[in-house]
Amino acid sequence: MIQTLFGSLKEAEEPPKQGFFDRMKQAVSRTRESLEDRIEGVLSMTRAVDEDALEELEMSLIASDLGVNTAGEIIGNLRERAKRQQIENGAELKTLLKEQLKNILDEQQRPPRAVATVPEVIMMVGVNGTGKTTTSGKLCAHFREQGKSVMLCAADTFRAAAIEQLEVWSERSGVEMIKSKQGADPSAVLFDALQASKARGRDYLIVDTAGRLHTKSGLMDELDKMRRTTQRIIPDAPHEVLLVMDATTGQNGLQQARLFTEAAGVTGIVLTKLDGTAKGGIAIAIARELKLPVRYIGVGEKIDDLLPFNSDAFVDSLLGA
Amino acid sequence: MFENLSEKLQRAFKNLRGQGTITEENMQEALREIRVALLEADVNLNVVKELIEHIREKALGQEVLTALSPTEQVVKIVHDELVALLGKDTARFNFAPRPPTVILMAGLQGSGKTTTTGKLAAWLQKGGRRPMLVSVDVYRPAAREQLKVVANSIKAKIYEGDTKGEPAGTPLVERLAKEARREAVNSGCDTLIVDTAGRLHVDGELMDEMAKLKTLLAPQEILFVADAMTGQDAVRSADEFHKRLALTGVVLTKMDGDARGGAALSIRHVTGQPIKFIGTGEKPDAFEAFHPDRIVSRILGMGDIMTLIEKAEETLDKKKSEEFARKALSGDGFSLEDFRDQLRQIRKLGSLQNIMKMLPSVGPFQGMQQMADQVDEGQFSRVEAIINSMTPKERNNHEIISGSRRKRIANGSGTSVQEVNQLLRQYAQMRKMFKGVGKGGMLQRRAMGMLSGMKGMGR
Ligand SMILES: Nc1nc2c(ncn2[C@@H]2O[C@H](COP(=O)(O)OP(=O)(O)OP(=O)(O)O)[C@@H](O)[C@H]2O)c(=O)[nH]1
Ligand SMILES: Nc1nc2c(ncn2[C@@H]2O[C@H](COP(=O)(O)OP(=O)(O)OP(=O)(O)O)[C@@H](O)[C@H]2O)c(=O)[nH]1
Ligand SMILES: [Mg+2]
Ligand SMILES: [Mg+2]
Repeated sequence: MIQTLFGSLKEAEEPPKQGFFDRMKQAVSRTRESLEDRIEGVLSMTRAVDEDALEELEMSLIASDLGVNTAGEIIGNLRERAKRQQIENGAELKTLLKEQLKNILDEQQRPPRAVATVPEVIMMVGVNGTGKTTTSGKLCAHFREQGKSVMLCAADTFRAAAIEQLEVWSERSGVEMIKSKQGADPSAVLFDALQASKARGRDYLIVDTAGRLHTKSGLMDELDKMRRTTQRIIPDAPHEVLLVMDATTGQNGLQQARLFTEAAGVTGIVLTKLDGTAKGGIAIAIARELKLPVRYIGVGEKIDDLLPFNSDAFVDSLLGA
Repeated sequence: MFENLSEKLQRAFKNLRGQGTITEENMQEALREIRVALLEADVNLNVVKELIEHIREKALGQEVLTALSPTEQVVKIVHDELVALLGKDTARFNFAPRPPTVILMAGLQGSGKTTTTGKLAAWLQKGGRRPMLVSVDVYRPAAREQLKVVANSIKAKIYEGDTKGEPAGTPLVERLAKEARREAVNSGCDTLIVDTAGRLHVDGELMDEMAKLKTLLAPQEILFVADAMTGQDAVRSADEFHKRLALTGVVLTKMDGDARGGAALSIRHVTGQPIKFIGTGEKPDAFEAFHPDRIVSRILGMGDIMTLIEKAEETLDKKKSEEFARKALSGDGFSLEDFRDQLRQIRKLGSLQNIMKMLPSVGPFQGMQQMADQVDEGQFSRVEAIINSMTPKERNNHEIISGSRRKRIANGSGTSVQEVNQLLRQYAQMRKMFKGVGKGGMLQRRAMGMLSGMKGMGR
């Protein structure tokens, strides 16, 4: 699992920093009793591919939060193909499974919307405490490293010290931030930030919004209003609306994705806290049912703990390479 | 969205022979449905396996209760089994024989520790205690600032301390904690709540720090703050925190959403510690004692009627509601003005979606939960806007609202004449229906039966 994640990291364009590797190695090596072990156990035991093996695989997928429906369908397909292609052993079965999971994710990967005129506006949305503010800060550094100019908008005017928190990230990444006071209208500060980033010709405007539960229609309407404000100033914006989701999220993640997409037009997922033991299987259910791609993953609290999504590495870490 | 357990079981028993009783054969199918229901609610797989074993034994060993259908019998067994797992303990809190009582908050990143620290302080203040707060989160940007804002908003004391440029790390954390404890004693505070940085259970260094804090402070309560939306991984984090710290209780946050909350069962199962509180919003007063039977109903998708009734009792103006009922049922009928009052009252309960979701999906409210996702909340606002645009005279005498008045009202409320027409038509129908009920119709008896049934469900 470490190896694959490393392998994919090496393939990425920018070589990640040393400290990061150490941290990942530290974190991952402590992960006990992973899904990998379970699956290895199942597959090495079974010479032939029988119903028990399939059922046990299904359980393993459920244990990674893929959900009963998604896991059931994937195993159903696997059963068909195993029959058709006369799969004989566990290793082959695993390759098939991996292929299928990867397909579900890759089918949704598409290039981000073209940007007619700068700035490209990226809105961060999601339920409370998932990592929107932290990811906003990491994204600033990510784009700056590519030589782009970035501006931040502190549109969480609700939570205590949310503005101060983002301000630290703006300093860390050396990115200018537009803010107002706690309690102010988020659309108003967004309006200012849109004007400013446009006037100054910034490549990116990253908008951090307040955490909100998807069931609160008043707060969801507020997101819709922010979208309309954005469109008034930059007609093809927001170009990306990223739903930031905690990798520990269970089946509720589907409903989150559904309702945030309805209200805010989500274009992609950021899966955070993958440095823990949760593997973020809900992203597969979301890709399958709601056709949303994963764009980035968060693997720590430091500024460079953000990686572009790579389905190979993700599925490997889910199943064990 | 999800079918609730009753519906699933009904199907299971219908599809099989031997309908009238629970047999080994049809129980197998029922158990599969129970398993799916629990997994969809995010109960951990291994916990589900164990529960299913217990339920199987109980169900097969059960005397045939002729009063209950097999579905009802099994639902009851499942319900009781889950309640038993969660235990009866609620917000019993350990206080030190000699102050200060120390409460240590622990949990993963973003679970709600800082917010809950504020809520707990407000709860203690209401109980006549004098809490002091301190944040030893020297790592996350503006974490200490956040707690300061929270403390100020509830007028609770906070020990801010001074980092004096000392680098973030366990020594600084320990120093702040020690100073805060001294400060609490000196300023006559009887409780110290220590907010800590979020950390992963696999982060050895930071877990060591937690253990050191525990040794240093000898807290009476170590509360694990967990997000109700957590999936299968809940058992691992809870297990690890419990092994290192010997937790004394759990707070389940973000219960104001629509997560089923199966993590509650998982966490209880691996820690054996009671869930003491739930968080139901971002504000300091969105904090409640935990009720096992309510969350079990929620996990099984059987609605949360008790919470709804309690909330209604708390928020609704009883006098006004009774007045409305009297008017509506009498010969006069209720006016549009009365209707608007009622509408406003109902909206105080929260979004219509949430209200509908709290209704049990079996019995008289069947289908309402499923409809909740299609409810147009904006409709409420539009209806209110339409009534607002009427003159008082029109509100009290809807018959005078002519075509030209309708046009004016539509313009004034930013709606269309069709919408105004529709509202008036519905209003007239409702008014008539209620009057009919007043004369002792069928509907009233049903409504009364429903209400008494609901009351019977509490304890
Ligand atoms: N381990 C780990 N922690 C993370 C990651 N991303 C964010 N966090 C932590 O998660 C917590 C919440 O992050 P925030 O960025 O404040 O989350 P948010 O979504 O902005 O929260 P609200 O604005 O309150 O809704 C913080 O303690 C972060 O340091 C990650 O990838 N890994
Ligand atoms: N809707 C809702 N939001 C909550 C609840 N409890 C906390 N939150 C929100 O969840 C987010 C994270 O809460 P915090 O109190 O900052 O969480 P934390 O555990 O202190 O986070 P870190 O210190 O970064 O690990 C904030 O946006 C809170 O407003 C709750 O019961 N309901
Ligand atoms: Mg934030
Ligand atoms: Mg905190």
